[in-house]
Amino acid sequence: MQWETVIGLEIHAQLATKSKIFSGASTAFGAEPNTQACAVDLGLPGVLPVLNGEAVTMAVKFGAAIEAEIGLRSVFARKNYFYPDLPKGYQISQYESPIVGMGQVEILLEDGSSKRIGVTRAHLEEDAGKSLHEDFHGQTGIDLNRAGTPLLEIVSEPDMRSAKEAVAYARRIHQIVRYLGICDGNMQEGSFRCDANVSVRPMGQEELGTRAELKNLNSFRFLERAINHEVERQIDLIESGGKVVQETRLYDANKDETRSMRSKEEANDYRYFPDPDLLPVELDEAFIAAIIADLPEMPDTKRHRFIVSYGLSAPDAEALTAGRALADYYEAVVASSGDAKLAANWVMVELGGALNRVGMDILDSPVKAESLGNLVARIKDDSISGKIAKQVFEAMWAGEGDADTIIESRGLKQITDSGAIEAVVDEVLTANPQQVENYRTADATKQPKMLGFFVGQVMKKSQGKANPQQVNDLLLSKLSL
Amino acid sequence: MHNQSITQLIAGLRNGDYSSVELTRYFLDRIERLDPGLNSYITVDAEGALAQAGIADQMLRQGNGSPLSGVPIAHKDIFCTQGVRTSCGSRMLDNFIAPYDATVVSRFKEAGAVMLGKTNMDEFAMGSSNETSFYGPVHNPWDRARVPGGSSGGSAAAVAARLCAGATGTDTGGSIRQPAALCGITGLKPTYGRVSRYGMIAFASSLDQAGPMARSAEEVALMLQVMAGADPRDSTCAEESPPDYAASLGQDIAGLRIGLPKEFFGEGLDSGVAASLEAAMAQFRALGAEVVEISLPNNHLSVPAYYVVAPAECSSNLARFDGVRFGHRCHAPQNLEDLYKRSRAEGFGKEVKRRILIGTYALSAGYYDAYYLKAQRIRQLIAADFRRAFEQVDIIASPATPGTAFAIGEKIDDPVTMYLSDIYTIAVNLAGLPGMSIPVGLANSLPVGLQLIGNYFDEGRLLSAAHRFQQATDWHLAAPADID
Amino acid sequence: MSLERQEVEKIAHLARLAVPEEDRETLARELSGILDFVEQMSAVDTGGVEPMAHPLRMAQRLRPDRVTEESRRELFQSIAPETEAGLYLVPKVIE
Repeated sequence: MQWETVIGLEIHAQLATKSKIFSGASTAFGAEPNTQACAVDLGLPGVLPVLNGEAVTMAVKFGAAIEAEIGLRSVFARKNYFYPDLPKGYQISQYESPIVGMGQVEILLEDGSSKRIGVTRAHLEEDAGKSLHEDFHGQTGIDLNRAGTPLLEIVSEPDMRSAKEAVAYARRIHQIVRYLGICDGNMQEGSFRCDANVSVRPMGQEELGTRAELKNLNSFRFLERAINHEVERQIDLIESGGKVVQETRLYDANKDETRSMRSKEEANDYRYFPDPDLLPVELDEAFIAAIIADLPEMPDTKRHRFIVSYGLSAPDAEALTAGRALADYYEAVVASSGDAKLAANWVMVELGGALNRVGMDILDSPVKAESLGNLVARIKDDSISGKIAKQVFEAMWAGEGDADTIIESRGLKQITDSGAIEAVVDEVLTANPQQVENYRTADATKQPKMLGFFVGQVMKKSQGKANPQQVNDLLLSKLSL
Repeated sequence: MHNQSITQLIAGLRNGDYSSVELTRYFLDRIERLDPGLNSYITVDAEGALAQAGIADQMLRQGNGSPLSGVPIAHKDIFCTQGVRTSCGSRMLDNFIAPYDATVVSRFKEAGAVMLGKTNMDEFAMGSSNETSFYGPVHNPWDRARVPGGSSGGSAAAVAARLCAGATGTDTGGSIRQPAALCGITGLKPTYGRVSRYGMIAFASSLDQAGPMARSAEEVALMLQVMAGADPRDSTCAEESPPDYAASLGQDIAGLRIGLPKEFFGEGLDSGVAASLEAAMAQFRALGAEVVEISLPNNHLSVPAYYVVAPAECSSNLARFDGVRFGHRCHAPQNLEDLYKRSRAEGFGKEVKRRILIGTYALSAGYYDAYYLKAQRIRQLIAADFRRAFEQVDIIASPATPGTAFAIGEKIDDPVTMYLSDIYTIAVNLAGLPGMSIPVGLANSLPVGLQLIGNYFDEGRLLSAAHRFQQATDWHLAAPADID
Repeated sequence: MSLERQEVEKIAHLARLAVPEEDRETLARELSGILDFVEQMSAVDTGGVEPMAHPLRMAQRLRPDRVTEESRRELFQSIAPETEAGLYLVPKVIE
């Protein structure tokens, strides 16, 4: 039987506020346990939540970026359950009236076409603390520093049909929150977490199959692998006469498998109700309009603009708009070099390769955009050849100065002075009379190949600096005499 | 000294008739002597009180007195007090030394008041008789065999027995007004949002409100002035600054339209209570007020709606008491579930557990619409009744309680009968309106309370009506026997 | 509305309250009594009535994004039942 995979993602993005969503405690990562858990985060008797306005602004930014409806009146609700990392015995979340309603994003498929993925909703909620499972005399330690960190939970429609699509969607959301500067996107530290709802159904069937929820997918690679494993598991199960049960499964990266989380409560009954400690959040149109007006250019728009204005291919445009810093860098290189295509090559291939080798972020690049632009400009104006440029780039990377200084100090400037080139050409022709004679008497079809000998000699004598085109032209004219 | 009003004490302290240390010692002595028979305090902080009194004396000597400098008061044990046990009347918090001050507590500190101690209360404020306290029942100073009402029963009894000049209380369904009525004192539940709830241990967050309890409206006004106002730590607290309540006391009540809800004076009201109320209304007429009949047709639904909304919120509010970060933890838990279940079963008393279970049920899948949502709709109807009434009248007058103080043990085994003792007060909380109870007579030698209900944020008008009445009468000065 | 024993067990579990075997019948009866009383509400037509979750018609006030709290771990953990290395300890949590 032919099976179709159906995937929906729930993404939790930690919002990059300084303080927590309902308290004035710091959200900085990596502090000593429980030193950033204030009275409100600990749920001490009598404390009350007060909403962080920045978290609201960030959620609205996200909504605007995915062209979603923004809830003019959103309501916080309590999700009640007992767990040691949940201090109050309930999580403050949004249930019936989320701050961000239906929206959508576009992903690029492998065949170059694009697909729209629906975003059902995005709502604000507080993060829980962490359970540390190292053994404390058979007990578990609880660190509540993370409790109360603002989260934006982004729920997609079940619109994805493969693990690859799911990854493309997750990357797109990751890219958007990073563009907006509302989440640092650090998956290792848990700032960006994905849960996947996965089900399969016979191709052509309308009705959805029973889904399993995959958790603990803390990299895009794990997301892809876990989904593929789960799809395989479900198909095997159904084909061998079994049934998929609705459950939460934990991905184990070490064993590369998913396993059922049986310890989670059998039947959850979260008893949601409006939180009486928080009033409805009311936003006015002007507030939303101001946020929309203030949005940076988003990836989709930027990508389309790169294709149109710079004449880039879709994959190149996608690669160069992956991050806002990279796109900004590229545009600065274009501006100072005046050659969009050459700039694209240099940013993606030479610079990208160098950064990759040392695992460095573009923002930390030792070669600044203006310098790289300058180097590209020297290629464009024939001051140096592409080959020499690589040498210059290495020197720039090593901190030896800007392109012009290096070209100057190392004497790498291409010789374009026709008099100087002519002198070298004459020298070579004089030194090789036999070859000149051979060339002149040879069959016209063999001459181009024989010309290579003279070019090589001239380049060697000029230490590679002579402009190859000029050398060619001069040789041709002198040899035909 | 103990019969002096807060206003008189402020004057006495400023004139140097006595120091705050002397006054505080005097009250501490009275507590030591009289409270064993009343049990109105859970914790007496003699050392802290004398230290605060010393500071108050110094400030007064330097001419830097604050509004309540040196005046000895008590806080209901529901307010967190840094460094002092805050038990909320529960075994769960028997060992809980609060690590911070409630906003109400810090405001009284800033105003220079001296805290004598923490008063007894029904466990987590769930009760109408003070019998659900882990620390035992409070005895009504007017008759030791009777309840003082609840849940702020300790505060009411302490004020009535002159074991403090004034006390704070909280009111979720009548917990200030009902004990004030049964103990013959004046108590005010402000508009929801008038006083910060920060640091006040939550029972039902959309109904809880803190308020002052003292002998007279004048003293209550002084205390409310200290308590009221916006708090950055409570976003449900109103932003508007409170008016000058002392100034509103002087307002004339000639022409004041007082509404009597006809539904409040029928079956179930004690005849002695009814007679006292009638006399009080005659007094108001004599003062120039106009008394008209009004209707609050949905009031009979207030107790049922309340016993869904309040337990629902409490079931969630009390989930934080899990034996992990503070409070009672069971001995040698076998596993996580055992830790939760035993710590909570041991830490909470019977009534608290009943309400947690009812609330859990009302919010659970399949019952939410029939119970929780239904109750919230009824709540809307009740609030609408009041909105209509306030188009006709300025304030509403009614009984505060169906009868006078009942005997200890009389209703404790019958939850529903106990719940009905708040039949006249609960609607006010559901609507979020201000309400107060003032003493207007004695029936069977026990105090009778009149409830006055005002429009939103109209505490000033309530206080002026009560003050005018108290200037013309002296029921608020009546004191129980054997408290000297 | 009368509550069955099993329902009492279910909600007691949701609320994490241990209820001894012998108390379950009594509790079921008491809770049923309260629910019967509350049941009066169902006779009222509340069609079209907006549920009132909050007494005041106010909107949520927003707080500026500033860190205002410092670590008070020592004080907070001085009232905790069991801590070690700055962590709150609970019986082993199995995932």
